[in-house]
Amino acid sequence: MSVRLVNISKIFPSPDTPHKQVVAVKAVELEINDGEMVTLLGPSGCGKTTTLRIISGFEMPTTGDVWIEGQKVNDLPPNRRDTSMVFQSYAIFPHLSVAQNIGFGLELKGWKAARIREEVERIMEVMNLKDMYHRRPDQLSGGQQQRVALARAIINKPSVLLFDEPLSNLDAKLRELMRVEIRRIQQTFKITSVYVTHDQAEAMTVSDRIVVMNDGEVMQIGTPFEIYSRPANLFVADFIGKVNLIEGRITDTKGETYAVEYKTGSKTISSAAAALQKGQKILTVVRPESLRLAKPQSPDSVLLLGKVVKIVYLGPTVEYELSVDGLKRTIAAVVSNPIEAGFFDIGEEVAIDFHPQAAHLIPAEE
Amino acid sequence: MMTRRELCESGSRRIRNQNAESAKMKTSVWDRTGKQIRLISRDPFLLIVIVLILASLIVFILYPLFRVIAMSVFQDGRFSLSVLGEVFASWYLRRAFLNSVMMGALTAVFGAIIGFLFAFSVSRTDIPLKKFLHIMAIIPIISPPFIGALSIIMLFGNNGLITWSLLKINNFQIYGFRGLLIAQVVTFFPVAYITLRGVLESISPTLEDAALDLGGSRWKVFRRVTLPLAIPGIASAMLVLFVETLADFGNPLILAGSQFPILSVQAYLQITGMYDLPKGSALALILLVPSVSVYFLQKYWVSRKQYVTVTGKPTQSSPKIVSPAVKWLLFASCLLVAAFILLIYATILWGAFARVWGSDNSLTLQHFRYVFGVGFKAVKDTLIVAGLSTPLAGVLGMIIAFLVVRKTFPGKRFMELSSMLSFAVPGTVIGIGYVLAFNSRPLLLTGTLLILLLNFIFRYIPVGIQSGVAILRQVDASIEEAAIDLGADANRTFRKVTLPLMVPAFFSGLIYSFVRAMTAISAAIFLVSSSWHLMTVQIMSQVESGRLGAAAAFSVILVGIILAAIILIRSALSLRYGRMGGTMLKI
Repeated sequence: MSVRLVNISKIFPSPDTPHKQVVAVKAVELEINDGEMVTLLGPSGCGKTTTLRIISGFEMPTTGDVWIEGQKVNDLPPNRRDTSMVFQSYAIFPHLSVAQNIGFGLELKGWKAARIREEVERIMEVMNLKDMYHRRPDQLSGGQQQRVALARAIINKPSVLLFDEPLSNLDAKLRELMRVEIRRIQQTFKITSVYVTHDQAEAMTVSDRIVVMNDGEVMQIGTPFEIYSRPANLFVADFIGKVNLIEGRITDTKGETYAVEYKTGSKTISSAAAALQKGQKILTVVRPESLRLAKPQSPDSVLLLGKVVKIVYLGPTVEYELSVDGLKRTIAAVVSNPIEAGFFDIGEEVAIDFHPQAAHLIPAEE
Repeated sequence: MMTRRELCESGSRRIRNQNAESAKMKTSVWDRTGKQIRLISRDPFLLIVIVLILASLIVFILYPLFRVIAMSVFQDGRFSLSVLGEVFASWYLRRAFLNSVMMGALTAVFGAIIGFLFAFSVSRTDIPLKKFLHIMAIIPIISPPFIGALSIIMLFGNNGLITWSLLKINNFQIYGFRGLLIAQVVTFFPVAYITLRGVLESISPTLEDAALDLGGSRWKVFRRVTLPLAIPGIASAMLVLFVETLADFGNPLILAGSQFPILSVQAYLQITGMYDLPKGSALALILLVPSVSVYFLQKYWVSRKQYVTVTGKPTQSSPKIVSPAVKWLLFASCLLVAAFILLIYATILWGAFARVWGSDNSLTLQHFRYVFGVGFKAVKDTLIVAGLSTPLAGVLGMIIAFLVVRKTFPGKRFMELSSMLSFAVPGTVIGIGYVLAFNSRPLLLTGTLLILLLNFIFRYIPVGIQSGVAILRQVDASIEEAAIDLGADANRTFRKVTLPLMVPAFFSGLIYSFVRAMTAISAAIFLVSSSWHLMTVQIMSQVESGRLGAAAAFSVILVGIILAAIILIRSALSLRYGRMGGTMLKI
């Protein structure tokens, strides 16, 4: 076990009112395995950065313990913890050259200049930073600065590598490139990593597991697949990607398989966030791309009958918004390869269906 | 140490239990303090530095002030207001108080007007000779504050160039209110100029463009947009001018005369002339109260009201807020003021070379021979004191700035306030405080180099702190966190990352405190001795004994040294940082 957080909470004095307090992190439990890359994902203010700073030692937890490599590190200051951080702003020392930046940690360890040089050159090679040795930070592009920050953190061979929204200062294209790059380098060196981001696509790309946080609490821990397709609750379902939440009711249970009744049809679904009771109201989580649209044939074979209210043509896909009588929310559906699948017009009636495997049940909140 | 650690740990256990019960429960101040101590004690070096700085601030800033207060309100170990009563019973000393306040207020008004005139003309119009006007407005800042007074005597005094040599007026009365006001305005308007120029430059010209575009006349735009946005800056500049004038010692000592008593001079005369320590201290206390209160009013209230209108890149806009006629009127007024300043410095320069000012203005080097002969010890001593105290004050200021901006520890607010306090306290008061505080064991420092050094260091740390704080607020905190994260402790982070980043601010602070140290008089005049003498004090005694030529020669050398130092530091910085380096300095 590389990193273990036990009942971590952090309470700050409120910045506005002197005697009030803000609970930034609430009883977080987390275990991270060797070589694993775990992402803390959540909206701003959810406590993900605070959690990261507690691991690095920049914040002291109000309660709980931090373990790194089997050692309790609560009382170790950040400079004596075996962690390296890649900062959101990169935090490259503006008065040092690229090589001096990368070699900074080794210099602090008291390495000989020749050995530092060798190591720095090796890492710069891996990081595609050749020929930048003597550059000054202000002569680097955003992507290059990002690489320098990463190289500077990796060169120390830390037990844990920490990323604090490292890509948020890059433009969209570079961001996509760098997240693949970060994953590649993390895999090359097999460094245990904790990655903080609010971008779910970024989290999906880089992570072995994702920790979804909200209001300081952990909402769900799971693989990208589990987080996307098997969300534990409404918050996770709604936060990750576009989602349809279709109201229904359990009519029968058989082990972990549930018969669900909808407005016009019914379905047997075997994936649920929690054990459900007969008669319980539920929400069915189905992603827009999992919905199948067709021209309605005989009325009794239709699961849900919708009416097209909006069409957005994107080229490779068409997005439909459909209203279904008796449902609170409209339904979003994405049809890929529309030329073969056919088009629907505004006002047209459409039969909506989905594969049972693509659906996941969560209890409806009253 | 052990007991403190235990204390802290039990404190934090208590916090944990509390929080387990209820996250909303308030942690007491003591718990928080305990936690802060626990945090710092993770880094013993940091802890030692903080304790040392707090201790020295108490001993070298607060303790002398305490002694001044104690001396004036304690009689034979008992609290008594009799000395203060005596002071207020004296018509003459009451006049001194009123005169000082009035002089401060008038200097604030006229200084702010001239300062605004210069700042507005330089930043908002396209008048010619901007560079020249800027230099003319800066020169009084880098020269001894009493040069104005000295020059005014040489121009308008009994043997004055204008009053006697040109106009043949006998016994023209320049001493007193009129002369002093002119000297103070000339000396202090540059402070208002610098403040207001910053304020005006931060007001985006696009705001004026927008107002003009909406159909406002130029005068209306100035009155409804530019001026209101500058008002907090003007108020702030006036308060600063008030405090500085109130605290000023050199100009009134030369120009006030006995008919127009001024508080700081009277305090000095009570102590050095009458050896009346309680009464001198009481006068100092009376001087202290308005200075400190107005200073903090300025710092924590008015300066917060300033508008921030600049976002992103400064926008380009051609000046069109003034009509050509107004532009030339502004230009003419600025030229007039600049010409007067030029006259003042030319007079000093001529006076330094004139055989006997007023009666025989033929050129001679005799005054310089005097300065480099008999007077040379003062030159050497001044250089030693300023040369040693300035870098020490600079480093200390940077360290305090770093601690105050970046660290959390108990006593942080105290450190910030007490270190800035010496900006607000008039030199006369701190000088008297040092005399009282350090004339007996274990801190017997009277007459030593050390007392001068300590006085200068603790008087000029605020300069370093201000520039340090300004630059640290610009540097992202994560840069230091990155160093810590990579394994550097507080000491190494400061030395290898923070300090190099602060170098430009350090040097511009250094120049400013060097200027202040070279030109200091109000506190130093109490602390000089036969073994350690200062040029400024020499100039004063030359003026007092009527040797204006020697005083002028000393002043020329003094300004020369300061200019040389500025040029030296600037070129050193340009060498190190390229062309950027030179412009890093404000002056």
